[in-house]
Amino acid sequence: MSVNDHSLKIDNNRAELLRGLRDGIPIGLGYFAVAFSLGITAKGIGLSPITCFVTSVLCHASAGEYAVYSMIGAGATYVEMALMVLIANARYLLMSCAMSQRMHKDLSFFHRLFMGFGITDELFGIAIARPGYLNPNYMYGGMLISIPLWALGSATGCYSGGVLPENLVSALSVALFGMFLAIIIPPIKDDKKIGLIIAFCFAASFAFAKISAFSDISGGTKTIILTVVISAAAAALFPRKEKE
Amino acid sequence: MNHSIFIYILIAAVVSLLIRALPTTLLRKEIKSTFVRSFLYYVPYVTLSVMTFPAITEATKDPKAGYAALIVGILVAWFRKNLFETAIMCCLTVLVIEMFL
Repeated sequence: MSVNDHSLKIDNNRAELLRGLRDGIPIGLGYFAVAFSLGITAKGIGLSPITCFVTSVLCHASAGEYAVYSMIGAGATYVEMALMVLIANARYLLMSCAMSQRMHKDLSFFHRLFMGFGITDELFGIAIARPGYLNPNYMYGGMLISIPLWALGSATGCYSGGVLPENLVSALSVALFGMFLAIIIPPIKDDKKIGLIIAFCFAASFAFAKISAFSDISGGTKTIILTVVISAAAAALFPRKEKE
Repeated sequence: MNHSIFIYILIAAVVSLLIRALPTTLLRKEIKSTFVRSFLYYVPYVTLSVMTFPAITEATKDPKAGYAALIVGILVAWFRKNLFETAIMCCLTVLVIEMFL
């Protein structure tokens, strides 16, 4: 990166913050809808809207929070909870690694901490798409609009889960899975192996759910085992050579 | 065993933060291992796949509606790539199918 990089200059910060806020609006609206569906799940295991709001601000992750609620619902151990959150959010570790490569070497610890805290699929996506070194204010703009909408959506979903008619709750409960599909399906176009892996995962997950020999293993533990085994096998069979 | 919701959420929050912020705060070098890079690359697809199916068929009142939402979701994701659109189309599918079942 050139020495006359402007990403850390003060006069640029307000513009970057505003740009982040603007780009965060569509993301925040999508979050509200998906988090609403997550809130219904949380309601199902008896959480209050306030608990839901706090959890959503702290964790703000679709798969991660779904994992949290299912582990609470299943009465999992604390170790299972920690492992499950680790697995469900493992992709953020990769994104965080990618972001670290795009940070100015003089960027302070607290900026690095808060930018890392803000990582979601979408916020990472828009931040990494900006040219040059990452400007923390752009990330903060995106976070300031989308994370509160995410938390508000989950609290609203949790609050109205018991009020809405049953057919609406049933319909809204699949929004989360729709979001998961929107993340995993499009990359198949560029990498056919991913399609193969997804198909295998569906089959393996189905088998694990139906075979009675596995019925003593909790849902979260099944996810952890399947993720580690299948990802390791995929990494061994289809190693990725190119640098991104 | 009795578990406290507060501790559950505290664990989830701390683990979530560590995963996201450890590399940005500590990692100043590139990861070189092809296996680790490949493993990290495949993890999101595998986790989300495993979490989606068969759970989507168990989330709806009637499993058939869940299967329909899965198929519609895959098609919309493939052709439109849009997160919000995919989520909404899955919901509408379930709503319409359960009206007729």
